[in-house]
Amino acid sequence: MAASKPAGKSSAVKTSKRSKKSAPVMTPEEELSAYREMLMIRRFEEKAGQLYGMGLIGGFCHLYIGQEAVVIGMQMALEEGDQLVTSYRDHGHMLAAGMDPKEIMAELAGKQGGSSRGKGGSMHMFSPEKGFYGGHGIVGAQVPLGAGLAFANQYRGNDRVSVTYFGEGAANQGQVYETFNMAALWNLPVIFVIENNRYAMGTSVTRAAAGAEELFNRGSAYGIQGEQVNGMNVREVREAGARAAALCRAGKGPYILEMRTYRYRGHSMSDPAKYRTREEVQKMRSESDPIDQAREWLLGSGYATEDSLKQIDKEIRGIVNEAAEFAQIDREPDSSELYTDIYVEETAHAG
Amino acid sequence: MPVEVLMPALSPTMETGKLAKWMVKEGDSIAAGDVIAEIETDKATMEVETVDDGVVGRILIDAGAEDVPVGTPIALVLSEGESADDLAAECAKPAPAPPAKPAEEAGDKADKKDKAPKAAARTPAPAAMSAVKDPDIPSGTEMTDMTVREALRDAMAEEMRRDGDVFVMGEEVAEYQGAYKVTQGLLEEFGARRVIDTPITEHGFTGLGVGAAFAGLKPIVEFMTFNFAMQAIDQIINSAAKTHYMSGGLVNCPIVFRGANGAAARVAAQHSQNFASWYAHVPGLKVVAPYSAADAKGLLKAAIRDPNPVIFLESEILYGHSFDVPRLDDYVVPIGKAKILREGTDVTLAGYSYAVVYMLEAAELLAEQGISAEVIDLRSLRPLDVETIVASVKKTNRLVAVEESWPVCGIGAELAALMMEHAFDHLDAPVMRVTGRDVPMPYAANLEKLALPSAADVVEAAKAVCYR
Ligand SMILES: Cc1ncc(C[n+]2csc(CCOP(=O)(O)OP(=O)(O)O)c2C)c(N)n1
Repeated sequence: MAASKPAGKSSAVKTSKRSKKSAPVMTPEEELSAYREMLMIRRFEEKAGQLYGMGLIGGFCHLYIGQEAVVIGMQMALEEGDQLVTSYRDHGHMLAAGMDPKEIMAELAGKQGGSSRGKGGSMHMFSPEKGFYGGHGIVGAQVPLGAGLAFANQYRGNDRVSVTYFGEGAANQGQVYETFNMAALWNLPVIFVIENNRYAMGTSVTRAAAGAEELFNRGSAYGIQGEQVNGMNVREVREAGARAAALCRAGKGPYILEMRTYRYRGHSMSDPAKYRTREEVQKMRSESDPIDQAREWLLGSGYATEDSLKQIDKEIRGIVNEAAEFAQIDREPDSSELYTDIYVEETAHAG
Repeated sequence: MPVEVLMPALSPTMETGKLAKWMVKEGDSIAAGDVIAEIETDKATMEVETVDDGVVGRILIDAGAEDVPVGTPIALVLSEGESADDLAAECAKPAPAPPAKPAEEAGDKADKKDKAPKAAARTPAPAAMSAVKDPDIPSGTEMTDMTVREALRDAMAEEMRRDGDVFVMGEEVAEYQGAYKVTQGLLEEFGARRVIDTPITEHGFTGLGVGAAFAGLKPIVEFMTFNFAMQAIDQIINSAAKTHYMSGGLVNCPIVFRGANGAAARVAAQHSQNFASWYAHVPGLKVVAPYSAADAKGLLKAAIRDPNPVIFLESEILYGHSFDVPRLDDYVVPIGKAKILREGTDVTLAGYSYAVVYMLEAAELLAEQGISAEVIDLRSLRPLDVETIVASVKKTNRLVAVEESWPVCGIGAELAALMMEHAFDHLDAPVMRVTGRDVPMPYAANLEKLALPSAADVVEAAKAVCYR
């Protein structure tokens, strides 16, 4: 299979003009914080999987396990006021954006304390306050929406950047290319992040995409620069993200980052995963895990000890358990909520 | 205390499953993420991963066991520092409690039905519309003769002067001055930053507009005609209409989608379709379809100010029709209110957009035959002004619904249902519909004429319900 060496190391940067510097850009504090936040996503998602198994979470539930370095690395490259938007595989993005694990878990469980008060569920959560604009269930629909956020930034003349995440499966949708065209035509400050986890449900990228090895090149017809990034390594993601954000802020957007990554779990909870071997998953886990890589670096460089990392793990489990407990004891939304939030209440209406 | 591993539900519908195989044995060390067992459901065999670190203390359900209910403990995991001794205590305990039930469930479930709003089953969710009333037009107000086209342009220009967040985008809206010249002059006044020519890319620019609205701007998205909005209907419904609800009220989408809708002239089936009932079907959208220039202006101003997504349906044929428009600084017509254009006592005619032309003509013809028709311009299709229609039907006891759309699931069908619910005892005859014929729009002039309703059709229906 052509895509069998996705994330091992950063692949050639074909259209980017940068000179490739590999010096790590993260301070020990940042490395530690990246570790912590990736672990938070991992533990949160494991817990979500468990609550799903207990019947507390219904419907679809798409876990982000394995892809943590992508959103954490990108988020570290952003500034206050930047925005992000993604698909239904959104729990990690919300945690990375700084939303409260309790309100996310409660939303997964359909409770009143959920961030959408139980009306959105796993695929539909939002926090304009944290710059997070969803959470969208239609494959590819978030792509023009993200460009619209960028349009608003440009219209207002601020230097905010919007990061628009989508899967390699979504990268085949027509509206993605409609958006590339407009984003390039208008120089919108948007970073398109293709999270290439190699499978769209059960379809491997090589069975669905022409030019599957070079998705970062998908904007070349519009003159959009792109590069491929080892999405299993948080440092490399952060470095690429910072570069892309700087270009967008300088009015040289848009930009495409193809993150080579991998999801360990099924597409959603009821995925028997017959389209890949257990060995393939095991190999990614043991050789390329983003959290293990950060851990090794921290231990190897002496910035953390087994004990201090254990302490972090314990803290995170505490936070996640608290979120899970809250999600379980919180009430379902009041039945009157059925009819709220369909329309925004009219504000002062002249006439 | 050892941690119980429960039989998981692996799909939204799974209730029991077969524990096909254990991938670990008692005494094995496991870490979060390790596959510990395989479970067969009716659909597939799936792997179970542990979320706990520790040692497999005891396997409670043997491999091969069938029909294991979801939630049954299948194994015990010893955490760090625990030993097999801890298992004895655990196993002596009575059957484990099922997963904590939400506080509400026990007591509240029974009376949940009673708590739901009473009319829920039948009535659409009410759109926010407090005290909607047409603005008083002070007596002596000067009137200007103006086409619908000019009124729409003025509405946009006034709102763009008033609010810097309002901008227009669409195909040919700027340099070409609008495919139907509705945006004439806007580029000159407001510049290319706020009057934006888009590529021919409906799905994309609609999504882009919706994203900008999420971020607080107030886009006016012009569709050259609504026929082409079908390419974008996913963004209109799934993104614009539903996000406020799905976000629990955190995200607003203040956007107007406007353009020509309905029958044009001699352009055949793909360019001549009325989408009113498609959009009126959707909670979260407001839908308006004005007839007169004054309403076009006042309603478009209201639509631009509305914090919700508004579908603004214009009639290409009416663009060039002239009407009196009040000369007022800020003429805003609230969304949600029908307008009685002609009072009458024998039969109510209710319709919208170009159908109003047929109704007014029919009312004249009916008057000549001694039938007094009340003519209601619905103007707003969601929310529908049920109150005004019902009040009229209580007076006339008869209703004819008129539209150019296809009959099936149309606005006329909705009006008939509403009268059954709200005015059944007042009806002296069945509600009748006058609609376009149930065919794609033909090109040939004679066939096109046959496909559309006419004043004569309205007269015929009105006489039928008056038993004349
Ligand atoms: C328009 C549309 N078509 C199909 C689906 C069903 N669907 C949901 S996720 C998915 C696969 C998408 O894969 P990818 O974009 O690679 O993202 P990933 O799930 O790997 O994160 C499909 C086909 C959908 N939600 N929307």
